[in-house]
Amino acid sequence: MVTQEKPKETLSSVTIRFVGDSGDGMQLTGTQFTNTSALFGNDTSTYPNFPAEIRAPQGTLAGVSGFQIHFSSNNIHTAGDHLDVLVAMNPAAFKTNINDLRQNGILIINEDAFSASNLKKAGFKEDEDVFSRYLNKFRIYKVPITKMTLGALDGLDMMAKAKERCKNMFALGLTYWIYSRSLDPTLEWLESKFGKKPDLFESNVRALKAGYNYGNTTEIFQNTYEVPKAKIVPGVYRNITGNQAISLGFVAASELVGKTLFIGSYPITPATEILQELSMYKNFGVKTFQAEDEIAGIGSAIGAAFAGQLAITTTSGPGIALKSEFMNLAVITELPVVIADIQRGGPSTGLPTKTEQTDLLQVLYGRNGESPIPVVAARSPSDCFLAAIEACRIAIEYMTPVVILSDTQIAIGSEPWKLPDLETLKPIHTRIHEDIDTFAPYRRNDDLARQWALPGTPGCEHTIGGLEKENITGKVNLSAEVHEEMVKIRAAKVKGIADKLPPLEVYGEQSGDLLFLGWGSTYGAIRTAADELLASGYKVGQVHLRHINPLPNDLGEIFSRFKHIVVPELNSGQLLMILRAKFLIDIKGINQVNTKPFAVSDLVSRAKELIGDK
Amino acid sequence: MTQTQELTKADFVSEGDVKWCPGCGDYAILSSVQTVLPTLGIPKEKFCFVSGIGCSSRFPYYMDTYGFHTIHGRAPTVASGVKMANPDLSVWVVTGDGDGLSIGANHTVHMIRRNMDLKVLLFNNRIYGLTKGQYSPTSEKGKVTKTSVYGSIDNPLNPVAFAIASGATFAARTNAANPKHMQEILKAAADHKGTAFVEILQNCNIFNDGAFAKYLDKETKAEENLILEEGKPLLFNNDTQGIVMSLEGSHPRLIVEEVNTTDTSVSITGKKFLVHDPKNEDHTLSYLISQLGVSLEGTPTAMGVLRAVRKPTYDEVLYEQEAQAKAQRGVGILKKLIYSSDTWTVTEESQAAGV
Repeated sequence: MVTQEKPKETLSSVTIRFVGDSGDGMQLTGTQFTNTSALFGNDTSTYPNFPAEIRAPQGTLAGVSGFQIHFSSNNIHTAGDHLDVLVAMNPAAFKTNINDLRQNGILIINEDAFSASNLKKAGFKEDEDVFSRYLNKFRIYKVPITKMTLGALDGLDMMAKAKERCKNMFALGLTYWIYSRSLDPTLEWLESKFGKKPDLFESNVRALKAGYNYGNTTEIFQNTYEVPKAKIVPGVYRNITGNQAISLGFVAASELVGKTLFIGSYPITPATEILQELSMYKNFGVKTFQAEDEIAGIGSAIGAAFAGQLAITTTSGPGIALKSEFMNLAVITELPVVIADIQRGGPSTGLPTKTEQTDLLQVLYGRNGESPIPVVAARSPSDCFLAAIEACRIAIEYMTPVVILSDTQIAIGSEPWKLPDLETLKPIHTRIHEDIDTFAPYRRNDDLARQWALPGTPGCEHTIGGLEKENITGKVNLSAEVHEEMVKIRAAKVKGIADKLPPLEVYGEQSGDLLFLGWGSTYGAIRTAADELLASGYKVGQVHLRHINPLPNDLGEIFSRFKHIVVPELNSGQLLMILRAKFLIDIKGINQVNTKPFAVSDLVSRAKELIGDK
Repeated sequence: MTQTQELTKADFVSEGDVKWCPGCGDYAILSSVQTVLPTLGIPKEKFCFVSGIGCSSRFPYYMDTYGFHTIHGRAPTVASGVKMANPDLSVWVVTGDGDGLSIGANHTVHMIRRNMDLKVLLFNNRIYGLTKGQYSPTSEKGKVTKTSVYGSIDNPLNPVAFAIASGATFAARTNAANPKHMQEILKAAADHKGTAFVEILQNCNIFNDGAFAKYLDKETKAEENLILEEGKPLLFNNDTQGIVMSLEGSHPRLIVEEVNTTDTSVSITGKKFLVHDPKNEDHTLSYLISQLGVSLEGTPTAMGVLRAVRKPTYDEVLYEQEAQAKAQRGVGILKKLIYSSDTWTVTEESQAAGV
């Protein structure tokens, strides 16, 4: 490889977004950049952003697909607020993303794609000079990516269309050069992917190298940058998305329980990958059942739970609506079923590929009758692993359905995951019951968890169902007294989970001006905001909830140590409403429902406003 | 393990009171099931009855077996989960014309097309009983009920035809008022490997009394029932009439012809009577037979096993695939799986080294 001759500048953190048509391979480009950076030793955080349509008409605004990566020599928790670099493969991509580029940021565009017809498709005038107003705002690099790619592939016996498809590799190579990355990880990946297809391998390698060399040899880039390795806790790492981590968490939980994992699900964005992922693990005994609909998904899971398996169903908000009646059946029959809700934008079909935290009240209260269900939430992609295990633990040990909340940002976002020491994971104890003399279907232990006698166990034959029943015997009984008693028992069982939770961790100051209380995917943005405020001398703390129902017992005491309590949520204030009702204090919300994760800067400025003068 | 030889009907009777209306056809079905189960050679604890919502779906409460009274229309989904989790169990779905063919029709189709190894008893009384008398998907057109005051304008569904069209490997029809026939059919269903769909005509003496009277009345019984027997010609009305295939016009159809008194295998016009062949791979003829009586006026209704074909069941193949995956890839090891992707190691030294 040609040696670097241009000056190098060191940066601590960079955010790049690759955007193009949904068929342009932007997700792949972003993933490669991420893996290369992670292998190099940066901390990384990513967030793909793609349209609901698989292939919207080429060149249109609706078809723009993007992948954002934040890589750093520091520990980072978000995919970045503002872009340092925007790589736009066509006018539509340029138009829909340009506002996110920071002042003096780098804009790289594929000059060849800015034809009259593409400009028109993006809603510009055919002869419009779309860059003129940005000349003083950004560093703009117009690169003939398509022409250069075709040139590099000259002589290869391929269709021109197929050659053109390699232009994402050219863009990737160019950004590798700008940020002094090695081509080796991507070359190895191309070898493993296309090793058996010499044409595709050769063309992609050539395009990648051409992009790299273009940066090196042309005069338009004044210098390159480097982002040194991050200080990272020693260990073995891999990159992981939330949907992968939740899947692995379920497999791990099934080993901890000692029961086969059963998943009954129906494909729905953004949860589908969990069903896909688990379908690969048949050699672990994992049973995956792609049901005819959302209802059958949870129905089969409830059947599998009745018969003694670790049963889960996965979905998103619209699916929760369909599963609600069955969730209630699991409540009254007290069967362990884990319902994973990977939240997306609503209401209705809403925004299938966008992120929101708007299902909280739905999973807590969206059922008939008094229907308590424990709810846990994952805070980041890798955290899904432990969150999934915790959801399974509660389900099995308390004999109850449990909801685990994730969302689009966590599900498809990725981050490096320090692989856990599996020996440290605690076994999960079941309530399996086989003794005839002591058996009664609704006889409970101290945690109020009922006995779990599986069909096939001689002498423990019994019938359960959706009608109200007596405690201990489980016999159908619709009397007023029995119903009231059972309502209270079901509530007490769920409330009692909090008695055995570990104390909450307060990050930052343990008392002071302001406490951020969050749940779910807002973790990274809140942590980064808290760090900025702490660095400026503000007395702030952060609590991020794993358990939303029941709420931890020590939450009230922690609240009493801070002057202001702030709950940032990507909804209009759902946890906020619950906390205000429960604690009767003037907790404030920071709320946003615009499909985007929080910008750290917004959280910081809002916190400063509340705190006022230091 | 329970001694299967010792099982009797009493072993399957639960201690609680049965709460169907006096005179309901469901009592006879319950009694027949309790009579047949001890004869199957299956230990008592291996039976699991799963139901939906409706009069029929109270069934599991009256059986001293494992049971699950689920929600409206969804019994096939729960039963499928039970069967997939433990294929060693004998899992029975108890449903009705409303539960299985209206709110739950979707699940019924998919259970059948997968050939999940479940025994399905669909009690057809052609009415909604538990909600006190509204028309059901099997109610005849023009039927006056509380919600069809001017007569139902729905076209009724034929349960056995529905099952066969969905790809049923076993489909049968019987009548709760004929326990001997019903028990034969229940035994055949229990012995079938795969989804065994049994429509049981059942009288609701409160809201739809006499719905199936024509099959029982002395006057009409002989001409309305076509009792199916494998390998026998389709004859009825004391062997005076039979069913032949007509190929006139553009469509094959079944018609009734008089028996030739000198040769009972042919009609007076010389056409051959159809011979019942429930094991035929092709389901076309079973489907046509399912239409008789119910959907084809002037013909008798077929009673018995219309179709019984052995095909791989979903649960069998599910476990076969798992065994294959284990053989090919080795039994999964969690640690390997977690460490399987591209990993990198951060050490104290690599940290100190910087870029």
